[in-house]
Amino acid sequence: MESSSIIINLEDISFSYSEDKFVLDHLSFHLHRGDRIGLVGPNGSGKTTFLHIIMGLLRPSSGRIELFGKPANEEKDFRAARRRIGLLFQDADDQLFSPTVLEDVAFGPLNLGKSPEEARDSALKTLARLDLDGFENRITYKLSGGEKRLVSLATVLAMDPEVLLLDEPINGLDDETEQRTTDILKGLNLSCIFVSHNLDFLSRTTNKVYAMTSGRISLDEALVPHPHIHAHRFGRLPHEHKS
Amino acid sequence: MIGEQFSTGQSFVHNLDPRIKIIPAIIFAVVVAVSSNFLALLPALAVSLFLIILARLPMRRVFHRLLLVNGLILILWLFLPFTYRGETLFSIGPLAGTKEGIMYAGQITVKCNAILLAMVALLATSPIFTLGHALSRLYVPDKIIHLFLFTYRYIHVIFQEYHRLINAMRIRGFVPRTNMHTYRTYAYLVGMLLVRSYDRAERIHRAMLCRGFSGKYYTLTRFSIKVGDILYLLLMLAAILGLIVLQWRAVA
Repeated sequence: MESSSIIINLEDISFSYSEDKFVLDHLSFHLHRGDRIGLVGPNGSGKTTFLHIIMGLLRPSSGRIELFGKPANEEKDFRAARRRIGLLFQDADDQLFSPTVLEDVAFGPLNLGKSPEEARDSALKTLARLDLDGFENRITYKLSGGEKRLVSLATVLAMDPEVLLLDEPINGLDDETEQRTTDILKGLNLSCIFVSHNLDFLSRTTNKVYAMTSGRISLDEALVPHPHIHAHRFGRLPHEHKS
Repeated sequence: MIGEQFSTGQSFVHNLDPRIKIIPAIIFAVVVAVSSNFLALLPALAVSLFLIILARLPMRRVFHRLLLVNGLILILWLFLPFTYRGETLFSIGPLAGTKEGIMYAGQITVKCNAILLAMVALLATSPIFTLGHALSRLYVPDKIIHLFLFTYRYIHVIFQEYHRLINAMRIRGFVPRTNMHTYRTYAYLVGMLLVRSYDRAERIHRAMLCRGFSGKYYTLTRFSIKVGDILYLLLMLAAILGLIVLQWRAVA
């Protein structure tokens, strides 16, 4: 067990795709065990890059990364951490590469060293947890957009992660699927970072919302009154309230 | 887009262990491809037809597939009789059709159809994914199998991407003509598809890394060999041996 409760610790991270513009500019960020964090920010502000840096898919040009109390510098450090952190990609087609749903959900557990029987078992359990019973033999590329999203969530949850990073999890979903996804995410007892433009979704699934602007992350705690009969945090961003 | 329309079904052939289907199918294809005598080729065609019947495939659809290949073969029939040297059998104006040429075209026709039918009966009756796993059990290198499976999985996505681009062109009034603008646009389309596919490959690889992929592909499928499989293997090998004997005797 790690002595500290900080499970993701980024310090002074800089990253750029081209030489003149930094996507992440001396960014620092901590995630404590049990934290549920929402992340908002304009398009192209580096939210996806930020998640990919945590997973070690991109390497920062400078700065320090610590995952679960250990410094992460090389591929092997990240490889160990990826077993405990699940990342959901924006495009479900990138995540679902096996022809059948069952094979895809079992892919992670098999990589974790489970036997085919155990992997099948945990895949089926995860599908059932997301009300996707009966999907196991469906062909991944023939699923609808919402089904693809839920199945890719299952592929991540099947690995039993301690931390969940979701990149725009409800983007492009219809109201019903959005509600279903929100309920599922609300019920998860995990530390998480959710990137989304939907403040309503974030306020229901997370307990802190950070804003990403010009390559840095800051906690937006200000209460902003706006032309309604109510006031609450993040109110300066355009949004709608559901009853 | 790729329907795998023959892969599901209930028949003796569908229930065979895929490994047991692959091995004789390959030997059969090689033996038929190098045979040159009708005494061996016609029985080979009979074996293929028998396998098709055994697999209980819908004949109409099988016939449809044959049409595609035989369309190509038809072109051979237009050229081979007139370009092959040998005994003149008939002539159309200055063109002389030779007996050898016709025999050669006939051989190719029988070979192609025999091999194609055998492949439809033996390989198309397993889902592509199962074939991939079976190949891996047959010690085919992992990289080749990944290439095979990923190509299959993403052809569909790339095809959709292609359609999106084509539609984007169409809604802005693009009509292909024989001019520079058309060629340039098509070149952009192909270039765009390549770039997008490359990016997608990168993203998929990352998604796989996030789920603990380290180069080895594990599978859920377990294959088991039953009495029927062994029986089938022996019969097929005997049939192939028969074909070899027929071909060899004809040559000797």
